[in-house]
Amino acid sequence: MMNLYKIALRNLLRYKRRTLLTASLITIGVVFVLVFVAVSGSFKAMMIGQITDAMLGHIQIHKKGYVASIDNLPLNLNLNAQTAARIDEILGKQKNIEASSPRLKFGGLFSNFVESTNIRLNGIYPDREFKTVPLLTSRISEGKKTIAKGEILIPALLAKGMKVKVGDSVVIVATNKDGSVNGKQFVVAGIMEGVTGPGGRDGYVHIEDAAEVLRMPELEISEVAVRLKDFDRLHPAAREMEKQLTGEFRKDDKFPLEIHTWEGLSPFANVARMLDIMTFFIKLMLVALVLISVLNVMIMAVYERIREIGTMAAIGTPPGKILALFMMEGLSLGVLGTIIGGGVGLLILFILNVAHITFNFGQQQGLLLQTYVNPMDFVTIAVIVILVSVVASLQPAFKASRMEPIVALRHV
Amino acid sequence: MPLIIADNIHKDYQVGDVVVQALQGVGFEIEPASFVSFVGPSGSGKTTLLNLIGCLDKPTAGTLTVAATDIARLDRKESAAFRGSHLGFIFQDFNLLPVLTVYENIEYPLLMVQNVPPAERKERIERLLAAVGMADQKDKYPGQISGGQKQRVAIARALVTHPELVLADEPTANLDSQTAYAVINLMKRMRDELATTFIFSTHDQKIVGEAEVIFRLEDGSIVAKEMKGGASHDESL
Repeated sequence: MMNLYKIALRNLLRYKRRTLLTASLITIGVVFVLVFVAVSGSFKAMMIGQITDAMLGHIQIHKKGYVASIDNLPLNLNLNAQTAARIDEILGKQKNIEASSPRLKFGGLFSNFVESTNIRLNGIYPDREFKTVPLLTSRISEGKKTIAKGEILIPALLAKGMKVKVGDSVVIVATNKDGSVNGKQFVVAGIMEGVTGPGGRDGYVHIEDAAEVLRMPELEISEVAVRLKDFDRLHPAAREMEKQLTGEFRKDDKFPLEIHTWEGLSPFANVARMLDIMTFFIKLMLVALVLISVLNVMIMAVYERIREIGTMAAIGTPPGKILALFMMEGLSLGVLGTIIGGGVGLLILFILNVAHITFNFGQQQGLLLQTYVNPMDFVTIAVIVILVSVVASLQPAFKASRMEPIVALRHV
Repeated sequence: MPLIIADNIHKDYQVGDVVVQALQGVGFEIEPASFVSFVGPSGSGKTTLLNLIGCLDKPTAGTLTVAATDIARLDRKESAAFRGSHLGFIFQDFNLLPVLTVYENIEYPLLMVQNVPPAERKERIERLLAAVGMADQKDKYPGQISGGQKQRVAIARALVTHPELVLADEPTANLDSQTAYAVINLMKRMRDELATTFIFSTHDQKIVGEAEVIFRLEDGSIVAKEMKGGASHDESL
């Protein structure tokens, strides 16, 4: 085998310029795909990170039907105290969960005593919420990075529109599920920016204040946000969670809860999916590039060496070894392109990281682009290139191995 | 027992709509350790006959037995294996592999065809390199040596597998007369040392004289068989 490889390498070196050109094409393809995968992957990870770590959490649990009516923030689809406590207990036992945060969501009227507007409020336990969505504090642009009872965090555009500053008093008025109206005065503890851009109307209050405004005899929960220890195991964790909760809550073949990963809750999942599709097509282009380059070179190699093939066959070289020889040439081209392309690609990614390139996402300014290639992605690209190189050499190599020595020796 | 027995061999080629009869009922026998030449003008069937004996082609009709094997019955793989174990080839254009050194070219059939162990391989190659006078050129590539040297390497490559038969199609056609004589004498010496049968084709009358058995071909038939020392008889039977 080593001898075949030695001959294959020498044959490649025999046509240095052509080998270099083909290897360069493969290198360019590998570099392009590697950089694209790393940059788009980093952007996607950052985008998902912003959405999950500053707002949604990785997974959410609701009462069945809640998400379909989520724009109305329906109070009649809340989880009762017993169910919420049981969910809390089950989640507490799961080793793959970093934190969970129960939320009581409701719509209300926000008044600065002069004018009023509508607001969506999240009643939270601050410590649990900040553990579940750790980037939430980074959204608070002014004021305290937390809230206490009697305090409210309000969105920046609302604060600007209503001319409200940190420390001002405001009133929240809300209708409870029985239809009665109640109000409570809050002090603005902080002003926060939206995740996805201007127009955010979500504010935060302490969950006990929320229950008080809504005159709940016992605390009800709209949703439980969950943060996993390993985001890469999102889907298995969601399935496991569903299994656990189904076992606990299924009655008469009906499961009263619904479990959604962030993808089922945010339209940005489609953007992430689009990036995945683009990555797939970029990989497809790499396949085409390698296929055409290697196929072209190998067809020429076979055509130029017909008499050599005839000599090898006449001497008694088995057809399988002739096949292997040409396939090794294709393989070597693929390996060479992958090694150089991998090296250059990683160097470019290193330079991108050192250059500290920033970009904006929604209200978040100056997010740092930190490119990173998953080792599995690197291996996948390398395997694709090498495999395609071998496949591209298959037809010319097969042709060489099937050549009649007498015909090949006569070739001029 | 003869090494080669050819009985009423025919070989036809289809060229467009025309059938060309390259060999027409050729029959002969060649004994082991002979030094044989097929002689005749271009198109007389010399190369066709060598190709059939060399298991590179199959007769249209007739029986051809080489080293006790009916070569017409061999399939593609068996033919390759047969060539690798019983035959050696010397080509008019030398046909050395350009990416291999002199040493590696001679080593090639031992490595790729016969899988001979390294120690024996080295011993055989060095002995042949010395025999053909190329020991000091062993690290050179074919592009770095002369035509005569290339043919000496080709002879060593043909003999290194210890074949029973070496076939040489016009081995001196691309050499000057002095080198041609040297190459033929080398082949003869190798025959003497290794008892290998050599068959070569040529139309060079000066070289023909070096053969011990000469078959003269014309229009696809053997018209005469001459033995060294004047014995000559008509073989176009």
